[in-house]
Amino acid sequence: MTDAAEATTDIRHTQDGRTGRTVHFSVFRGVPGANASYVTYDVPEVEGMVVLDAIHYIQKNLDMDLACRWNCKAAKCGSCSAEVNGHPVLMCKTRVDDLPEGTITVAPMKTFPLVKDLVTDVSRNYKVNASITPFTPRKDEPTPWNIKQHDIERLYEFRKCIECFLCMDVCHILRNHDLHEEYYGPRYFVRMAGLEMHPMDDADRTEEIRTEGGIGFCNITKCCTDVCPEHIHITDNAIIPMKERVADRHWDPIRRMFTKKKESAKPGTAAE
Amino acid sequence: METPEIRSCDVLVIGAGGAGMRAAIAATEAGCSTIVVTKSLLGKAHTVMAEGGIAAALGNVDPDDDWKVHFADTMLGGQLLNNWRMVEIYAHEVIDRVRELENWGGLFDRTPSGGIMQRAFGAHSWKRLCHVGDRTGLELIRTCQDRLTATGKADVCMEYTLTKLVRSGDRVVGAIGYKRSDGGFVVIKAKAVVLATGGWGKMYRYTSNSWEGTGDGAAMAYEVGAELLDMEFIQFHPTGMIWPPGARGILVTEAVRGEGGYLYNSEGKRFMFEYDPKKLELSSRDVVARSIYKEVKAGRGTPHGGAYLDIRHRGAEYIKKKLPSMHEQFHALAAVDITKEPMEVAPTIHYTMGGIKVDAETAASTVPGLYAAGEVAGGLHGANRLGGNSLGDILVFGRRAGEAAADWAKSHEEGSVSDAELDAEQKRVLQPLATPEKGEGENPYLLHEALQWAMQDDAGIARTEESLNRSLTAIQEIKERAKNMHVPGGRTMNPGWHTCRDVESMLTVSEAIVRSAIERRESRGSQWRLDYLEKDPEQAKVNYVTYKNGDSMSVKPVPHDPLPKEKEELLHHSRFFEEKKA
Repeated sequence: MTDAAEATTDIRHTQDGRTGRTVHFSVFRGVPGANASYVTYDVPEVEGMVVLDAIHYIQKNLDMDLACRWNCKAAKCGSCSAEVNGHPVLMCKTRVDDLPEGTITVAPMKTFPLVKDLVTDVSRNYKVNASITPFTPRKDEPTPWNIKQHDIERLYEFRKCIECFLCMDVCHILRNHDLHEEYYGPRYFVRMAGLEMHPMDDADRTEEIRTEGGIGFCNITKCCTDVCPEHIHITDNAIIPMKERVADRHWDPIRRMFTKKKESAKPGTAAE
Repeated sequence: METPEIRSCDVLVIGAGGAGMRAAIAATEAGCSTIVVTKSLLGKAHTVMAEGGIAAALGNVDPDDDWKVHFADTMLGGQLLNNWRMVEIYAHEVIDRVRELENWGGLFDRTPSGGIMQRAFGAHSWKRLCHVGDRTGLELIRTCQDRLTATGKADVCMEYTLTKLVRSGDRVVGAIGYKRSDGGFVVIKAKAVVLATGGWGKMYRYTSNSWEGTGDGAAMAYEVGAELLDMEFIQFHPTGMIWPPGARGILVTEAVRGEGGYLYNSEGKRFMFEYDPKKLELSSRDVVARSIYKEVKAGRGTPHGGAYLDIRHRGAEYIKKKLPSMHEQFHALAAVDITKEPMEVAPTIHYTMGGIKVDAETAASTVPGLYAAGEVAGGLHGANRLGGNSLGDILVFGRRAGEAAADWAKSHEEGSVSDAELDAEQKRVLQPLATPEKGEGENPYLLHEALQWAMQDDAGIARTEESLNRSLTAIQEIKERAKNMHVPGGRTMNPGWHTCRDVESMLTVSEAIVRSAIERRESRGSQWRLDYLEKDPEQAKVNYVTYKNGDSMSVKPVPHDPLPKEKEELLHHSRFFEEKKA
């Protein structure tokens, strides 16, 4: 056996990390239109085990066709979103030993149509994304651009979004009221905030945020912020400043009068 | 035969990471109808995992840097086995690609004067990596995704698996596959095909790769007659997580060392003073990975068999600002606060330098109409890749592949896919869902695991002829067993069934790795042969090329294009010239 083989084999046999405890999982199984049910699986616990590890154990040893989405298993791609014990989380960063004793339930995100088991149809999100006015650089800006660190620092938060859609899943405007056509949802307000605050962006999305975006529906319950695995302050830093901008522009009567006057003096500018 | 859904386009791009999206943007800008296919959802590709940055010689921080130094560093890092023309194109063009990304709305950390900030990285002469904290890959993929979406011209097919490239006459004319959501077959006819399917690390047990890294692109290209290059060169990233077990292999960015992190052994000694006193922790990845390996072998490893990586001396505030993802990752997965405790790390499979042999200018493979860009292509990185050169690679050659494929598409007609070929492929792909020929059939997950151990144990960081032969025997056995794979359930989103396809790709690519590693009887770059510890000057002149020879796989040495005199002069520009030329 090579040196390499010895080194890896040692770890394999002596450090598999089994704790000796068995954890019970109750996992949603089903496809649309058929009888769905929760199936119970017993999984041997391993030190530091996350829920996605348990799903992989089930696939390999107990139920090969249990469907779930995942990619990086490092909380960077936002694929393995699900509802664990009723809470929307990334399965790859939810440690089993952080959950209360007893059976752990795993269900798909409720807001999106079911495909199978833990997989849902999230295509609507991509449609919303495509309809947003994209980054529109200022014209005649000399390249390479000169941008100061302090001008972009507040954008970093928005750019951290990994599109796990947990904020969309938990948002009651989508989850309970089903206003998918009228309301963009938290993820896309985060994207729009990132665009609106970009120092080199020249587009004005205020009207779009109000009308197509339907930002007025948000009543600031901050559920989205609570579930964000990237800890983005979705409500405070993205939605509220944009609500204020909409209110300021659209509803402030004095400002409206003032702007209208300015516009009639400058023909050719876009109407409010 | 089942009637498939048939779609047509000028350019088919397979893979939607950075390279695939950049190729698709280029193809649509050239006026071609373009279909992009991905196994996952858009924006989830492995590019998101890249943390450190994009290497481009902007000279914003170190004004002495320019493309010539970048060229020299990359060539020396690759032990001169690189395709020098690719490196030259790369070092020139990556500068424009970074600025282009910024002009598309991508963010980078800034210098005090307002330029793009650059950080130090292993074996780069100067501070060169353009970055945004430690999530540069996410920024790149989101920027390309937004750009691709904004053009609105590419048709993105998410969660499709393509199983076969179709050849008509001597050229590639499309691909056959299925939709993962319902298992329905598709045929995509294309005048040109760009492979941008990324690398292959999933045949190893401990890897930083996502599940997608199964080598489908290289395997499909090989089956259709394309040559594969330098398959023996697999990069071990020195720092992967090792504990808890479920997190083993997950990447710990080189940016931790770039930002000043130290490596210690269990005796509290900074052992890199022994192995590379000049570059220390920022030595090239192969050297650092082997150093950790040697420390563990000498009994100076951490409790779980690795080394300590310590960044505490930079202070909590700095760490949280410059390494936010690492802070979060260790907190969430290992319950370790890296501002207060050292990290435990060990080498993990990270990147595949080898891949489809391509033309430097056009990214064309050896099969007409088939192009390859990014990690699936070989040649740019030689025997070892420098950190930061992969994010640049995908932008530079993604664009070139897209443009060249568009050119080809404009001068060729749509090809045809025969019913016989379609029928045979459907039967092959559906076989694991039918009643197995023998017994209960083989579980694809368990075959995958068997392959992972065979590669990890015997074709890993340290190799010998004996270990490689053992690995090859295991691959052949698993290949036999794989003929009888069986999975329960139907065709709707059935991960067991999808895994069968992955196992087949991984077996092909594993065989190519092992056969090439056997042929290269020397230690060079990432290839470390315990039975041939020295470099062999004769083998410095050749790349090993894998090709399909009838029904079996062959490997041949092919002399590479020698470095012209004037380019050889450029090597002196690297600050590491003296030690590397040895």
